[in-house]
Amino acid sequence: ISAKQGTNVEKVLQKVIEKIPPPQCNTADPLKALVFDSTFDHYRGVIANIALFGGEVAKGQKIVSAHTKKRYEVNEVGILTPNEQPTHKLYAGQVGYLIAGMKEVTEAQIGDTLFLYKQPVEPLPGFKSAKPMVFAGMYPIDQTEYNNLKSALERLTLNDSSVTVHRDSSLALGAGWRLGFLGLLHMEVFNQRLEQEYNMSVILTAPTVPYKAVLSSAKLIKEYGKDQITIINPAQFPDKLSVSEYLEPTVLGTIVTPHEYIGKIITLCQDRRAVQKDMLYIDENRVMLKYLFPLNEIVVDFYDALKSLSSGYASFDYEDAGYQSADLVKMDILLNGNPVEELATIIHNDKAYVAGKHLCERLKETIPRQLFEIAIQAAIGKKIIARETLKPYRKNVVAKCYGGDITRRMKLLRRQAEGKRLMRKIGNVEVPRDAFIRVLKRETDK
Amino acid sequence: WPYCRKRCSYCNFNTYVVPAVDEAAVRACLVREAQTLLRLSQVHSVTSVFFGGGTPSLASPSTVAAVLEAVTGAAHLPAGAEVTLEANPSSTSASTLAGFRAAGVNRLSIGVQSLDDAELRMLGREHTAAEARKAVEAARGLFPSRTSIDLLFGLPGQSRDAWAQRLEATLGLCDDHISLYQLTLERGTALAAQVRGGALPAPPQDLLADMYQTARNVLVATGFRHYEVSNFARKGALSTHNLSYWRGAHGRFMLRGEGGCSREARVQTLEPVTWMREVQSQGHGTRSRVVLSLLEQLEELLTLGLRTDEGITHERWGHFSPQLSLQAVFGEPGEAQALQQEGWLVLDGGGLRCTWAGLAVLDSLLPDLLWQLQR
Repeated sequence: ISAKQGTNVEKVLQKVIEKIPPPQCNTADPLKALVFDSTFDHYRGVIANIALFGGEVAKGQKIVSAHTKKRYEVNEVGILTPNEQPTHKLYAGQVGYLIAGMKEVTEAQIGDTLFLYKQPVEPLPGFKSAKPMVFAGMYPIDQTEYNNLKSALERLTLNDSSVTVHRDSSLALGAGWRLGFLGLLHMEVFNQRLEQEYNMSVILTAPTVPYKAVLSSAKLIKEYGKDQITIINPAQFPDKLSVSEYLEPTVLGTIVTPHEYIGKIITLCQDRRAVQKDMLYIDENRVMLKYLFPLNEIVVDFYDALKSLSSGYASFDYEDAGYQSADLVKMDILLNGNPVEELATIIHNDKAYVAGKHLCERLKETIPRQLFEIAIQAAIGKKIIARETLKPYRKNVVAKCYGGDITRRMKLLRRQAEGKRLMRKIGNVEVPRDAFIRVLKRETDK
Repeated sequence: WPYCRKRCSYCNFNTYVVPAVDEAAVRACLVREAQTLLRLSQVHSVTSVFFGGGTPSLASPSTVAAVLEAVTGAAHLPAGAEVTLEANPSSTSASTLAGFRAAGVNRLSIGVQSLDDAELRMLGREHTAAEARKAVEAARGLFPSRTSIDLLFGLPGQSRDAWAQRLEATLGLCDDHISLYQLTLERGTALAAQVRGGALPAPPQDLLADMYQTARNVLVATGFRHYEVSNFARKGALSTHNLSYWRGAHGRFMLRGEGGCSREARVQTLEPVTWMREVQSQGHGTRSRVVLSLLEQLEELLTLGLRTDEGITHERWGHFSPQLSLQAVFGEPGEAQALQQEGWLVLDGGGLRCTWAGLAVLDSLLPDLLWQLQR
């Protein structure tokens, strides 16, 4: 069978019709329709895709949403062939669409039950919403674009309700969002749509997770009004001395995989500081593994790594599992001894060295050489854990500059002089505005 | 003279290799354009003439003579004015050189580039080291103390020792002027492609810096004056023509009828055939003319002037900017002062100039200074 080449597709469809039992329902029952998708049309409003489990629905009838309890009048019903084809009525057992004067996509919740006004029914068990697997921080390139990005996001998520959106902010990049996607491809498509349909270029970063700290210092407890605080921003990170315990959010992850990949998957999980909670064979080929993961270890690329390792066969699901104690530290980045606020990160002690080294290396590539040596260091408290050195220029002068070269040279120099205006100075080190952004960006070639 | 017999592997100049050159036509256009531009600019006296290219030594002495005649016809060319011709060692026999001298050339700049045959082959040069030696000797005979050698350093795979040897060999041969250029791998050249593809190693930055410093030190110790980033001269044999670029007094077209400080940046049509057509129809082949504002003139003065050891004198600056002195712009607390404190720059009675160390990193200093000037 090949969907790409169209071989045997007809046969598959026939088999589906033969083998799968028809829906068990009765048109005589009161109307009971499940909303399983919805889209927004500029002119007609919200179009809800429904499956009827009982009764019938037609234009002009009054229906109610079990979730919002709101009442609507049906404007149009029809089937999807796959284009919309309006019909007079939809009967139990059919699947089609319904337009009922809803203005917002949130009014047609996926998993909601629709019934006739004055004939309430037991709501159908809804859908579990699709869990986001890949997270990213999204920031406008410039803070002046914030509002444009906000409305672009609102409109894009109208038609793609599987993207989760939370507000977030970073010292370096300003106000932005933390978005959740179903996978890396989903994220890339979303990003591309933003660029193409809304002409928005954004910065995608690794997202932050909300850490907590249990305070032990009376002074701080008084200041915050409670003894347990949530740390969103590395600048807020309280010192070890004032804290009795640091906490990180965790999730209980369930992986189902063919048994040939167990070894690699276990290694991957251990690498992500996960603790095995259970392992059992579902059948002779497949294994189910349950691991407790720190949330920050899976938000960026765990899902894709898992899929790659298992050639796509492993599945992953997770649920919130509260907080656990963690050896967290604040890692600072120093340029010639001066800390760069925007690049400070909260990280687990075990992972600090690797992350620090990596960050220093990336910085070395993005900061331009200057007339003196630049020491790029990662530090935890006073201890330096990684370092890269950027050597100074010993020769930087163009060899020839006669006649025709002059105009070109002046253009280049003027541009560089302009660039100076946009540079930030950290101590005596000049850093271009976008250097931090480039360092904080997600790496696309993972 | 925009023609060469062959393109060198590192060259990205505006030059063309053609099977045959209609010398008479080119000569006529050169003459016409010279006359037109001299008339348009109302220049009274020409201080220096420079024949560049391509390979000017491929032209015949009669072409050179014709152009010089046109110049003397349209303006005054003083007897001792510097007239330089660029030459390739492979097209300079003693007799050709004598012909050029008779035509009016009084200075020769020979593109030696290297005195090692293997290096010359890598550069795609037409001549051998031996031929280069002969050419230099012939030139020195005809143009004593007025012969200049072009030399390249920082070739792919060139070691410190190899460079030291090259220098020594050159010193044994040269006259009183050397132009020393770090090889730049320009995009689109065959040599750059070889380095990019990995066939040849890219010279490390530190090595290049070392080679430059070695050269400076050795040449100065031998009596040369390092008067510009890439140019060395002893016994006063500086290149008048190039100096005029770096002093801002020339090199920019002056508008007819305007007062002393009006300048234009002119770009001539690059492609010879098109250029000739334009010269024939309208007298000159200027592609673009941009009038330079005062700020732009000062920016150029700063950028080019700092390339020389003399820098920019208060007087010269004042000639362009009588109201705003050098001191007023760069003497106040700011970028220039910071650079002075770090030992890269000097601002004193003599003017503004780079220190010995500063000259090597001039391009790192310029954006700051330009920014200060713009404010």
